[in-house]
Amino acid sequence: MSEILESSLYIFVLASFLGYAVITRVPGLLHTPLMSLTNALSAISLVGSLLLAGSGQSTMATILGSVAVFCAMTNVVSGFLITDRMLKMFKRREAPKKADAPTEGASAR
Amino acid sequence: MRDVIISLAYLFAAGCFVLALKWLSHPTTARRGVRTGEVGMAVAIVATLLKTEIVEFQWIAIALVLGTALGIPLGLLVPMTAVPQRTALSHAFGALAAGLVGTAELYLRTPDIDTTTMVALGLEVVLGFLTFTGSLMAAGKLQGIVRDRPWIYSGQNLVNLGILASALVLVGFLVVDPSWTALFPVIIGISLVYGVMLVIRIGGADMPTVISLLNSFAGLSASMMGFVLDNKLLIIAGALDGSSGLILSIIMCKAMNRSFANVLFGGFGAEDTTAAAAETRPVRSVDPEETSFLLDAARSVVIVPGYGMAAAQAQHKVRELSDTLMKRGVDVRFAIHPVAGRMPGHMNVLLAEANVPYDQLYDLDSINSEFPQTDIVLVIGANDVVNPAARTDTTSPIYGMPILDVDQAASIIVVKRSMRSGFAGVDNELFYLDKTQMLFGDAKTVVGEVIEELSKLPAREVAGV
Repeated sequence: MSEILESSLYIFVLASFLGYAVITRVPGLLHTPLMSLTNALSAISLVGSLLLAGSGQSTMATILGSVAVFCAMTNVVSGFLITDRMLKMFKRREAPKKADAPTEGASAR
Repeated sequence: MRDVIISLAYLFAAGCFVLALKWLSHPTTARRGVRTGEVGMAVAIVATLLKTEIVEFQWIAIALVLGTALGIPLGLLVPMTAVPQRTALSHAFGALAAGLVGTAELYLRTPDIDTTTMVALGLEVVLGFLTFTGSLMAAGKLQGIVRDRPWIYSGQNLVNLGILASALVLVGFLVVDPSWTALFPVIIGISLVYGVMLVIRIGGADMPTVISLLNSFAGLSASMMGFVLDNKLLIIAGALDGSSGLILSIIMCKAMNRSFANVLFGGFGAEDTTAAAAETRPVRSVDPEETSFLLDAARSVVIVPGYGMAAAQAQHKVRELSDTLMKRGVDVRFAIHPVAGRMPGHMNVLLAEANVPYDQLYDLDSINSEFPQTDIVLVIGANDVVNPAARTDTTSPIYGMPILDVDQAASIIVVKRSMRSGFAGVDNELFYLDKTQMLFGDAKTVVGEVIEELSKLPAREVAGV
């Protein structure tokens, strides 16, 4: 096994465990934003797309790379925007119960 | 020097991504997480553009502008009910990007390619293209362009497995002899077909699992791209996305008491067998006026929303009902089953959009012990997730699925269009209980009527009656 592959595999496995540890702590409440955020983050494939599109190796590389840049960039922009739009909507109850029904409903947590 | 700075920038971006996910663990810090992710992404993009390998910028600039132009409306204008479709579509985009880069690398790098890179490339291309068509199919089903009911024929599993196996075998050939370039389009074609075949047999209520799984695939293909390009940032971000998708699909499977294999290969929800026979059993029905009396007299109400509520666009009316009842001193909570809606957490987003505060939303584990102390459960557009057969009837296809134990409440009101069975095609015993009453009609309309009736009632007596 080459050294590059070995270190890459270490990173892959450790990052997967790290992902597991971090993501299991995300509550069900936020699972939709979680998916749209990870979607935006995985659009990091933009890096590979940019390298290919700008490499000037062949017309094919430029065409496929540019389409890939377009796709990944769409995900970057829309992923972050929609995640933030969703998270903006999650609000706490503004104030505790009104005083006109002191006992009933006071058990709300 | 430039390379060192770029490497450090990538490392910084990877750190930002982990923190972004960490801060997503609570609604109060979540937006900070998004901003952190944005910073990481911006740094990564700028660092990449500084690389000396990039010599042509005009096409990149055009693609970036067009991508931004499409991304802004996709991010800002898509309604919350359509978020599952948008998510599926973005999986398709992400996977297509990985697949296309992989294809180009195949042609550029072969035949002088080492074995491990070839394996990673093969996986990147197969995962990328099958996720591309699979996600497009999922988006089409969610949007209603493609038939929502699963499409099943005999021998389907064999055909599907055969297709997938043949793609992997061909990748194996390529690993042995990378000069066999004629195989590239064949492998791509097979992967594209497999994506369609995989999702065509999935029905609406299994979408949360399948979207999560496709999410995982899209992440893995990005990670494989990292192996090919020897870019650690890609490996890390892809692995984070991959494990996130995997965790979500496991959660979804558990919430339905089903295995991956059963979701992907089982014929769940394919036919309505039991529904027809049971149609004639008597149920008690109730009208909006009576419902308003019952709700007004209750101390505690738990609302159980299902996909039916979202389909009827009733979430704003439901929030209005909740507010009206709370003003009258009734304790109102929402019970959210993990598979309610069309993707993980979808129902929470819909209710948050309708301004329901998130501390009024309870998940399965925290609400189930509360049902025996609940006066009225109002089920709106949910069915299978409140079916007691999951606890009692060992022959039921949904037996063992964790459900909301609404049948333990003092009384239940079910808002439903008709007596049609749920997605699983299983009749629901809950509807026939003596303490259950059916409020028939379109959720938005009838909830609106209940609110109107409530407003006609005199102010509620002071507590202590």
